[in-house]
Amino acid sequence: MFTGASQFALVGVLGAGGGVLAAVLTALLLGARNSLYALSLRPYLRTPSDPSPWRILGRAHLTIDESTAMAIRYPEGSRQARHAFLATGLAIFILWNIGTLIGALGAAALDDPRTLGLDAAVPAGFIALLWPRLRDRNLIALALVSAAVALALVPVLQPGLPVLSAALVAVVAERITARQSP
Amino acid sequence: MIWPAVIIGSIGAYLLKLAGYIIPERVLKNERLRRLTALLPVALLAALVAVQTFSVGSTLQIDARIAGLAAAIVALILRAPFLVVVLVAAITAAVLRATGLSA
Repeated sequence: MFTGASQFALVGVLGAGGGVLAAVLTALLLGARNSLYALSLRPYLRTPSDPSPWRILGRAHLTIDESTAMAIRYPEGSRQARHAFLATGLAIFILWNIGTLIGALGAAALDDPRTLGLDAAVPAGFIALLWPRLRDRNLIALALVSAAVALALVPVLQPGLPVLSAALVAVVAERITARQSP
Repeated sequence: MIWPAVIIGSIGAYLLKLAGYIIPERVLKNERLRRLTALLPVALLAALVAVQTFSVGSTLQIDARIAGLAAAIVALILRAPFLVVVLVAAITAAVLRATGLSA
């Protein structure tokens, strides 16, 4: 899996005692934005001749927030756009997986992750991913309502489902914004 | 049950990306779908922050994690990079526990 927020979410839900289905659904709902990144990248990564299927399969894997952000700074169909996408995607892919490996090996050597405050590092990681997305008042309101709904459901639902319920909050929020700006 | 989740999640996450390159553009240009995919990360990440800070299994609990989260928010306001934010939160919680000030 190469899409950071989804990887964290999958591990987070499983670690909190959530089931496979809840963990996978949360990760995939978080990763759905990558479909739209891929869509908007199409004109930027356009080549004079049709790219080979292999190239498209490779591009798909490297499609993440950062590689998209770097590519769309350059003109559509330009060599710079393709290079920026590839360089950013590959660099992060390599470093990210080295980091994941270190984490996996390191965690096995720990007695109690709480002593090191690692259980506090998890929500800190999520809020660091959330922070730059809180661009306006509506999004801040959505974040606060989602957090409140999830917490209210913690004692009632199985672990994993309270987080997933936030997706329903997003669906309701979408309907409200649609009515505001027809 | 970790590996089934990792494998299914990885395949699904990849297929979502691939879909953006091969599905006809008009399908993904749907306004409603676009708005919803922009809102989903905000809602899910906020819920993850809340649940990972205030709960253990099915019980709500307040402990050193809330101090860690507060420290993380201060670091974010000061525009600290991702790793610093995470480290600040972990160190804050670890210090509070080591000194016996918090569970």
